[in-house]
Amino acid sequence: MIEILKARFRLGKQTVAYPEGPARFPQRFRGRPVLDPARCPPSCAACLESCSTSAIADAGQPTMSLDMGRCLFCAECAEACPAGALDFTRDYRLAMRTREELVVRADRGEEAMLARALDARMRALFGRSLRLRQVSAGGCNGCEAELNATSNIQFDLSRFGIQFVASPRHADGVVVTGPVTENMLSALRRTWEATPGPKLLIAVGACAIAGGPFAGSPVVNDGLAGAIPGVEVDLWIPGCPPHPITIADGVLRLLGRVAGDELRLEGTGIVVAE
Amino acid sequence: MADLLEAWNGEAVAARDVPLVPLDRFQDALCAALGAGGRVSALFGRPHQDNRVLVTAVVAEDRESRLGLLSTVVGARWPSLSAEFPALQAFERELAEQFGVVPEGHPWPKPLRFEHPHVPVRDAFGRGTSWPDIPGDYPFFRVEGEEIHEVAVGPVHAGIIEPGHFRFQCHGEQVLHLEIALGYQHRGAEQLLQGGPDARGLRVAETIAGDTSIGHGLAYCRALEALAGMEAPPRASFLRGVALELERLANHVGDLGAMAGDVGFQPTAAACGALRAEYLNATAEICGNRFGRALLAPGGVRFDVSADEAVRLADKLAGAFERVREAVQLFFRSPSSRNRTDGTGVVSRELALELGMVGLAARASGLSRDVRRDHPFGLFRFSHLPVATAETGDVFARAWVRWLEIERSAAFVGDNLRSLPESPVRTQLPALPPDRLVVSMVEGWRGEIVHVSVTDGAGRLARHKVKDPSFHNWMGLAQALRGEQVSDFPLCNKSFNLSYAGHDL
Repeated sequence: MIEILKARFRLGKQTVAYPEGPARFPQRFRGRPVLDPARCPPSCAACLESCSTSAIADAGQPTMSLDMGRCLFCAECAEACPAGALDFTRDYRLAMRTREELVVRADRGEEAMLARALDARMRALFGRSLRLRQVSAGGCNGCEAELNATSNIQFDLSRFGIQFVASPRHADGVVVTGPVTENMLSALRRTWEATPGPKLLIAVGACAIAGGPFAGSPVVNDGLAGAIPGVEVDLWIPGCPPHPITIADGVLRLLGRVAGDELRLEGTGIVVAE
Repeated sequence: MADLLEAWNGEAVAARDVPLVPLDRFQDALCAALGAGGRVSALFGRPHQDNRVLVTAVVAEDRESRLGLLSTVVGARWPSLSAEFPALQAFERELAEQFGVVPEGHPWPKPLRFEHPHVPVRDAFGRGTSWPDIPGDYPFFRVEGEEIHEVAVGPVHAGIIEPGHFRFQCHGEQVLHLEIALGYQHRGAEQLLQGGPDARGLRVAETIAGDTSIGHGLAYCRALEALAGMEAPPRASFLRGVALELERLANHVGDLGAMAGDVGFQPTAAACGALRAEYLNATAEICGNRFGRALLAPGGVRFDVSADEAVRLADKLAGAFERVREAVQLFFRSPSSRNRTDGTGVVSRELALELGMVGLAARASGLSRDVRRDHPFGLFRFSHLPVATAETGDVFARAWVRWLEIERSAAFVGDNLRSLPESPVRTQLPALPPDRLVVSMVEGWRGEIVHVSVTDGAGRLARHKVKDPSFHNWMGLAQALRGEQVSDFPLCNKSFNLSYAGHDL
C-alpha cells in the first residue's frame, strides 16, 4: 500500500489544464487549415492532385475551400503547394454542428467558426450529465483509442459528467466512428433504435463523416450521413483521428460548457518552430 | 526448399521467376516446409486465365532469414491441408471467400470476414445471392446438452472497442468452446490498394489497423521501395525504427494499463492510461500526429528533427520510462492481480506452433520468433533488440513479454534518437518497374505484418496482399478460453488485444 501511495505521489497531477487553462499541443500538430488563394500560381493544381480524399475545391479561386470532413490532416497539400497558399494552424477547435460548416472557405475570412450549443431544453437535459454509447462501424481503432483517451486521467471528461456507457439503453446519444461498413450497418441501426430519446448522434473522425481513406469503397457507406434513415447528425468532429482535446472541445461546446472564441495554446518546448 | 524460389524480406524478384508447379507438388512443398519447422507467412490468390486462380505461397525459414516462393493454379476446389496443418485454416478460408476456391475436407469451412469475392465466382459456402445479415447467418458450432447454455457477445461491446461477435458454449461458468465471428470491419482495403501506387495508398495502409499506422505504413512503403529497387536514406531508416518502437511502447504501456483495469487494479490502470500518452505525444512531436500518420512517405520520412530536439525528446522519454517501470512493477507485485493473471488463458507452445501464431502472443508461449531478428529490415539490420520470450503462455506471460519489450524498446529509442546519422530523410520514389513481386515484412507491436505486392505490365499494383498478425492469433484467443471461466474473457481478450480492422481489412 505504501508503495502504491508513493508511486501515486510521484506521478503527480495528470489532468490537462484545458478548458480552464491553455491546451498544450506539439509544434507540428495540424489543426484548422487556412487558405490564401491569392497566392496560387495560375492554373496550378498541385494541392488537388496531392489530396487523397478530394477535400480541396476551387484552387486559385476566391471561393477556394477545404472540407475538414474529408481531410485526413496529412498536409500533403501544403507540402505540394509551391506558394504557401494552404497551411494548417494549431487551432484544435474543429467540431461543427452541420456538415456544411466543416468546409473551410477562403471567402469567409479568417474568423474560425465554432460549434454552437444545443437549445435550452436539450442543454437542461444533458448539460450536466451526458451518457454516450459508442459504435465502431469500420473504425480502424484510431478514433476509438482517442475516444477512450477522453476518459483517462489526463483528459477526464467525466469531470464534466460525460461518460461512455455499456448499453444503448443507458445512453443519451450514440457516437459513431468508421466509414459505416456494409457488415455493420444493421447493428448500428439497431443500437440507435435501442437508445431512448431524446438522443444525440455524433460522428467522430474522417471515416464517419465522409468515408475517410475508404470513401468510394463499394463495401462502405462513406460515413454516417444517411446511414440511419431520417436521422440528422448533431455534431461532426473531424480528424484522422481527432485529438482527445478536439473531441472534448466539440462535446463541451455542444453542451454549452465551453463558450467564447479565444484560442489559448501552449507549446511543449521539445520540437520547436523552424 | 527444392522447388521454392529463394527470397529475402524486402527483396523484389521478377514475378515470372516464382516457380509455377502442379497442385500436388505445390502442396507437397508446403507440407515439407511446414513439417520441417517452416511457417507460411502468406498464401494468396490472384485471378488467372479461364476463371482459374493463381495461388502463391510465402514460406518463411526464420533461422536462415530466408523466404521461399512458389505458385500453382487451382480451379473451383482443392484439397484442404488445414486438418494436418491448422496454421493454414484461415488462409484456405480467405481463398474460398475471395476467389471461390473450395477447400475440400476443411475442418472449419466458414466465411472468414464476409468479404465479396474478388472475381465473379460461385459462392464457396453455398450461400444464396443476397448478402447475409451477420452474425445471424453464421453456422456456429454448438455443444448440445440440457445443462449447456450459450452466451452471445457483440458486435457492439460494452466498451469503446471494435466490433466482433463472440459465441460461448458454457457449462455453468466454464467455457467449453468459444467461436469468434469477424467481418464487421471489412472496408475493402486490399482492393483500394490495387491499381496504386497513388495518393490514397499510404493513407489506406496507415488505417488498416489504426493502432499500427507505422507498422502497416512501413510495410507498404518498404514494399514500394523494394519494387522500385531503392532504399530510404539512413537517417530516415533511423527515424522509422524509432517511430515503430514508439508505437510498440504506446500500445504495450496502454495494454498493461488496460489489463490492470480489467482485474480491478486501479493504480497501474490509471498511471499507464496517462503514460501511454508520453509515447503517442513523442510521435506527435516528430510528425504532428499521435499515431504517426503522415510521418512516412515512400522513399523516406516527411519530417526531420534537429540533434537538440532529438536529445530533448530522448530525455523526456527517459523520464517517462522510470514512471512506467514504477507503475508496472506495482501490477506485477500485486498478489490480487497475479491471482487473476497467472495460469489464466493458457496457450501451450505446441498449440501456438500448430496455429502459426506470431508476435508477442507467440513469444509468450515460448516461440522465439520476431521479424526484427529473423528477417531484419531497415534500422534493425544494424541495431539489434534481444527477443523477449516467456514459457507459461498465460495472461501473465503476455503481460510479462510486453514489459520486457517495453524495457528493450525504450532503451533502443533513446540510443537511436541520440545517434541519428547525417543524411537527407527522403528520396523520390521512381516509377515502379513492371512484373515484379516483393514480400515486405515488419514486426509490428502485435507481431508479423506481411505485405506482398505484385506489379502488372505497366508497373501498377496488380495485387497488394495484406496480412495483419491478428489473422493467425484470433484462433489462439479462441483456444485460450477453453476450460476458462466466461468472466475471464475480457482479461484474456485484452491480453491478446488483437485487431478487428486488421483482420477484416
